[in-house]
Amino acid sequence: MLIKRPSDIKPSEIMPRGIYMRRRELLKSAGFLAAAGFAGVGSGPASAQAGAKLPAFRKSSLSTTEKPNSFKDVSSYNNYYEFGTDKSDPAENARALKVRPWTVVVEGEVKKPKTFGIEDLLKFSLEERIYRMRCVEAWSMVIPWVGFEFNQIAKQVEPTSKAKFVEFVTAYQTDTMTGVRLPVLNWPYTEGLRIDEAMHPLTILSVGLYDQMLPNQNGAPVRLVVPWKYGFKSGKSIVRIRFVEKQPKIAWEAAAPQEYGFYSNVNPDVDHPRWSQKSEKRLPSFFANRKTEMFNGYADQVASLYAGMDLKKFY
Amino acid sequence: MRRLSERAIIAVKVCVFLLALAPLGRLLLGVFEFPEWLGANPAEYITRSTGDWALRLLLVTLGVTPLRKVSGWVWMARLRRMLGLFAFFYVIVHFASYVSFDHVFDVRAIVEDVVKRPFITVGFLSLLLLLPLAATSTHGMVRRLGAQRWNVLHRLVYVIGPLAVLHFWWMVKRDLTEPIIYALVLSILLGYRVREKWQLSRRMQPIR
Repeated sequence: MLIKRPSDIKPSEIMPRGIYMRRRELLKSAGFLAAAGFAGVGSGPASAQAGAKLPAFRKSSLSTTEKPNSFKDVSSYNNYYEFGTDKSDPAENARALKVRPWTVVVEGEVKKPKTFGIEDLLKFSLEERIYRMRCVEAWSMVIPWVGFEFNQIAKQVEPTSKAKFVEFVTAYQTDTMTGVRLPVLNWPYTEGLRIDEAMHPLTILSVGLYDQMLPNQNGAPVRLVVPWKYGFKSGKSIVRIRFVEKQPKIAWEAAAPQEYGFYSNVNPDVDHPRWSQKSEKRLPSFFANRKTEMFNGYADQVASLYAGMDLKKFY
Repeated sequence: MRRLSERAIIAVKVCVFLLALAPLGRLLLGVFEFPEWLGANPAEYITRSTGDWALRLLLVTLGVTPLRKVSGWVWMARLRRMLGLFAFFYVIVHFASYVSFDHVFDVRAIVEDVVKRPFITVGFLSLLLLLPLAATSTHGMVRRLGAQRWNVLHRLVYVIGPLAVLHFWWMVKRDLTEPIIYALVLSILLGYRVREKWQLSRRMQPIR
């Protein structure tokens, strides 16, 4: 019989070990193979705090006047690898994320380490910040975040002179995050900024989107937003903030150092090795015909932070 | 099932034709009637989905002969050309969406992309290699080339298949699950042929 002879190659010899060891789980979740074609469309956006209104907030002169993307676009198309690597996955899977109770530990090179409950964070004076968001994948949106400047946190904990960088550690919930079963990135996802970048007035911690609490898939209940850097620098669902002396190792840099650097400033002159960063697709447009601006159009405010630096080297 | 009447074969072909058109129909409906089907980045959805279907149909085409031999359903050979041409069709739509959406017909940017980026290079190469196969798909061309030469030419598909999977593999940012599944299916389909060839050559050896 032709078909009964065992094949000469064992699956274990073809697959990377991590995936081989998890092949049963993978097959279970591989409904996507069939579903990817026809089903495609998932249920509506998920959120444990869905629809909950934010406390009052004011407008800000740092907002762009460009027209924001719809709530639906922002909350149904984004990357949050802990919930899957497709951009529709977070909206489908992040419903499970436990966002209460929530605390953010602030520690490290500070005089007054402090743990903030989410209730404390919502008491900061909130502002709407309508920012451009440029993804490293060459698409962009305009998003009306609501939050407060990160430097307000710093004021309370009083960083010491040793604090040169800030590390942001994000949530790692093995029971709710379907994507962390695969070693796609080092979990928990970790991001970092130089201290002067973190203290810049454009850098905010966001707790809301439009007039609502941040949807789970967008990084509830509190996330970082750094508008002049590629989107992945803005870590979601933050649980720990550390003021440190040495430059922290960030998740994407650890995963692919030749493709993603610590700074990851939006820069049309430094291509991603696999695609150009010269232009972008402003969603929901079909065409990538928008020229990408240096520092995502925030050069007037932030270019001075990088005076004298070779941004091709420090990408 | 081994043999079907001419009418049954035509019915099967019509069904396969409509099924193979369904993904395109879904995209067109998405563009013109139901934008929520394509999400916030419709252009990317179209490029990805046509690429997926090109690859799937290529693998289905490569599966026809093994399946025919294993099952004994000789009529399956009659589906092979149509499936191959549909794979080619989705490759063309895939390429057209890349040229128009991603580069807005900027020829210089496209050339730069093809030269500089390995995953684009192999994708483009598999498109080029598909051209002679599509062009020689008619009965007339088979006759003109002669069956033997036609067969040799169409073995190009054994190069195109791996190039297409490689194109997908190198495109993926981090999660290789899907490309690995395609690579496994492809290696089964190509492995079947290698084994068959090997068995044939063993049978041909003189018995002492």
